[in-house]
This record gives sequence, structure tokens and C-alpha cells, in this order.
Amino acid sequence: MSAAKNNDTIDITVDFSGGLEMLFDNKRRYSVSLPAVDGSGKPVTMAFLIDHLCTHLMKDPRVDLFVLDKHIRPGILVLINDADWELEGEEAYELQPRDNILFVSTLHGG
Amino acid sequence: MEGDTREAIQDKSNVASSRPKNGVPNGSDRRLTDEEFERYSRQMIVPGMGKHGQLRLINSSVLIIGAGGLGCPAAQYIAGAGIGTIGIVDGDVVEPSNLHRQVAHATSRIGMAKVDSLITHLRSLNPLPTYIAHPFHLTAQNGADILSRYDLILDCTDNPATRYLISDLCVLLQKPLVSAASVQTSGQLIVLNCPPSPQGVVDRPCAPCYRCCFRKPPPPSANLSCGEAGIMGPVVGMMGVAQAGEAIKILASALHLPQDARGASGASGASDAERHLTHPHLLIYSYDLASAIGPYTFRALRMGGRKRSCFACGEGSTLTLEGIRSGNPDYVQFCGGLAPPPHAGLAPEERVTAAAYDAARRKQELPPHVLLDIREREHFSLGSIEGAVNVPFGKLLMKAAEIQRDGGEAEDVLPREARGSGKDAPIYVVCRRGIDSQETVAKLKELGLDHGGTRKIVDIVGGMKAWKDEVDPRFPFL
Ligand SMILES: [Zn+2]
Repeated sequence: MSAAKNNDTIDITVDFSGGLEMLFDNKRRYSVSLPAVDGSGKPVTMAFLIDHLCTHLMKDPRVDLFVLDKHIRPGILVLINDADWELEGEEAYELQPRDNILFVSTLHGG
Repeated sequence: MEGDTREAIQDKSNVASSRPKNGVPNGSDRRLTDEEFERYSRQMIVPGMGKHGQLRLINSSVLIIGAGGLGCPAAQYIAGAGIGTIGIVDGDVVEPSNLHRQVAHATSRIGMAKVDSLITHLRSLNPLPTYIAHPFHLTAQNGADILSRYDLILDCTDNPATRYLISDLCVLLQKPLVSAASVQTSGQLIVLNCPPSPQGVVDRPCAPCYRCCFRKPPPPSANLSCGEAGIMGPVVGMMGVAQAGEAIKILASALHLPQDARGASGASGASDAERHLTHPHLLIYSYDLASAIGPYTFRALRMGGRKRSCFACGEGSTLTLEGIRSGNPDYVQFCGGLAPPPHAGLAPEERVTAAAYDAARRKQELPPHVLLDIREREHFSLGSIEGAVNVPFGKLLMKAAEIQRDGGEAEDVLPREARGSGKDAPIYVVCRRGIDSQETVAKLKELGLDHGGTRKIVDIVGGMKAWKDEVDPRFPFL
């Protein structure tokens, strides 16, 4: 693949589970189109996506149930293509076309 | 020390103490009785099980912590499969609201200790195992003593503080842990600490503990419990059955023992990677009430292994059994503690008790007003104060945010039927326990619905819980 140009986009899917879908209009899956590069010309990352979700997709104003102090709040697992994002570089991970990103809150009931 | 183990342990050799008893030679040359042959035949003829696997189950001991929605189905299959010693920890008694999901209890046993009720059920299913009742909650003080007696632990509890305690004990006592959780329409399952490795070992791949996977608990405000949020029986039941499935697999194949102790007929030849032990998968089950089984119903997510930086199992960890026993770490505080709920700083005249509101209504001292019930629609549908109108809290906040962002009539946050009550008709807000209602009063004022103070907006203190306690004891508070 050649270097991303300014008007390229990346299409990914974003899933919510474990109750987080409540914050996103009760929809479990979104198709999301992102610019391939951010304002400074760098490839878009997970950090860019999280900001995008908060400003564009989140209908519920309780942002702190998703993001605390600019990071995903404790108790939410983030999976990149079904693997823990800690294996992939977390917020610095550069998104690839057709990536599947899953946000799931950890459960404690029984 | 809790010495209240009610059941005498009949056969000392049956209790976990000598290590390789579940490994190989010990007991594996014992003959199965005719009764055992007949009872366990259908699982023994499954490829990979055999008499060898069955004897391992018979010589194993499992501790099930929690005799609720996860623990009941898990215990049924653990007992059915013939695990030799089964311990159950729970301090609660059976209640009617348990029975839709805790299906090993019975209507005739309401009020009985859950451990006794469950063991009654298990004995009628399979009288052969030794059952041990621990009829109290697991605590930092009694935990190590109880867990140390078993080969494998099932976490079937319902709160984060106990989950972190159990995991820490499993790290220190080197016990494999099968952990599951469930709420509303979601379930999760993961096998941790299997095979166990000594605390602090990080120079080779090791299985993770609960803290490796879930480093910090969610803030209490984001934490849903089954009592508060509801739970579908088959969802939690599926997770409990899957826990039993994992436990039986681990014990029958001796996956929790170091390779050399596993013997020739263990899962021989399979590498750790193939057995998924050091990078376990988190199984997620989503049950959608409005659709059939679909592509996202089950997902298996690959987790990392032991973390070098893990507080419990990582390099240089200072966690000890003595520390835990004496209150270090403080699990309750770690999980958000019992801090008083946040309040929105309302003035005294903006709050009224349920009893005072009821009295004023009866004496017809109240002008026409709006009684705004902000509980979820399902709660509202089960009962409400006469004349109340419903807008769920989340919806109200969303509508308020939309108005503040895009403009619009502040009045539109109220349901249609409330808009005709007169411009300055007071608004009384009630929720479940009186926390969201305070935030709502503050939000409605922020939107200007108090008309600069000419319109009263009042919080009913303590919500429908207080209404039940103070006014109507027959109200179905859920
Ligand atoms: Zn750990």
C-alpha cells in the first residue's frame, strides 16, 4: 500500500458490548469511516478513534462512563481484531482498513 | 478463623493436601466401583476422557464460591461429573427472587441457607461426592484457609471486591481459577492462573491472573449488579455451565499441573500455545432479546499472559497472605468503597420526603403538579405512584444535552402528557433510590425550567425505595 493521502479514508467496524451499547443509542455495531491521516498528516490511531466516537457517535451525555481523564475508563476492555489492545500498542495503534474494534465493559454480577 | 465447616470430612485422604494425587500415579490404579462405572459411563467413553480422566475427577476437589446464578448450574454439572470433593461458599439464604435463575434451589427451601439448599439438590443428583458446606461469605480473613483445601476454584460471586480477593488468593496459593460473570443480557468467562506459576516469575510465559486482565475495577457508578440491573436466567446459567465445563476439562486432563507431573496420557504433545493456557481467551456471550442467534452472540477474545507489572503476580509483587489477612490491600476501598453517593447540592426546600409528599397529596395541599418518574421503563411498568409520568433518566439526559447543543424548547425534556399542567406547575422528581432524581432536579434548573425560581422543582428523597418504606409497604420495589 502506498502512503496515505490526505483525502483517503479508512473503513472499520466498531462494536459495543457488556452494556456500553446503551451509551451509543443501543446499537451494538457501527460502520465507521475515518480519514486515513489526522490533522498533522499522521496515520490515525486508536486515540483518534476514541475521540471521534465521543464527539460523533455517542448520544448519551455521560461521557465519563466511557472516557475518564482522556483515557478509556477502568473496567472497559478494548479489543483490536479480537485481541486485547495491550498486545497491539493501545492508543498508539495505527488503524488499518477493515479493522474490528470492540469495546466491552467487564461484568461482575452473578 | 472460621471453623464452621459443617460437614465432617469423611475421608482425609480425599482432601487436597498431597500434591500429585490428581496428577498420575496416586489413585489411578484404583478400580471404579460398579456404581461409578454405570453412572459415569457416558462421559468416560468420550475420546480423551477414559477411566483415567474419570479417576482424576474422582480424586479432585473443587471450591465453588457463590451458590447463586452461576454457582447453581456450575455445581450441578460438577457434581454430576463425579468430582470427588465439592466445597460451596455462600452466606445468603434462598429468596423467591433467586429462583428464576438459581435453579438448583427450590420453592420449598426458601429461607434455607443457600449452601444447604444447593447441597440438598446435589446429593439427590449424585450422592457419591463429598460435599463441604461453608455457610458464610468469603472474606480476606477466612479466604486463604478455605481455598487452600481445594485443587481448583470457581468464582461465582457477584461483586468486584470479592473477585479481586479470590484472584489474589489463587495467585498466592497457586490455584487455577475459572471466573465468570453476568448481568442483564451479557456474560463473560475466562480461565486464569492455569497452570499456576509462582508469584513473581516473569522470565517465561505464564498464565495471567484476574488483575493481569482487569487491572482496575470500574468506578462504582458504572458497576451494574444483578439486583439493580436485572439478569436473564439462561444467560447467567450458560456461563455457569461453561465454568463447570472448563473445570472438568482442566481436572480430567490435568492441565493445571506442570507438564512433568501430568504424565504420559495427559494432553500429551500439545504445546502451551495450542492449549491456550498462557494466553487464555475471554468468552463473551451477548443475548439479544430482540433478535435470533447472530454472528456476534459468542466471541472469544485473546488476552495477554502474565504481566510483568501486575500488582499480584508480577515481578517483585509484595502481596502476601499475611497482608491480605490483616487488611492489606483493602479490597472494598480499591473497588470504590462505601463512599456516600454523590449529591447535586440541592437546597432543603428543593427536597421533600416520600412521607411528606404523600401527606400533602392526601390533604390536597399540593397544586396541580408534574410527578416525573425517571426510572427505566421496565421498572415503571411494574408499578408507580398514581399520576406519575415516565421519562427514563438516560433519555432525559440525552434530550437535555441535545437541547443545550442544538437549541430547542427546554419544556421538551418533559413527556407530552406533562406539558399541559400549567406553565408554573411544580415538578416533583422521583427515581429508584433518590440519587438520579437529585441530578435531574439540577439539570432541569440548568435548562431554565424553574423559570428563574417561580416554578418549584423538587426531589423526592430516597426515591421509590423510600416510598415503599414510608408510605406503601405493598409497593413492588425491585
Ligand atoms: Zn497478575
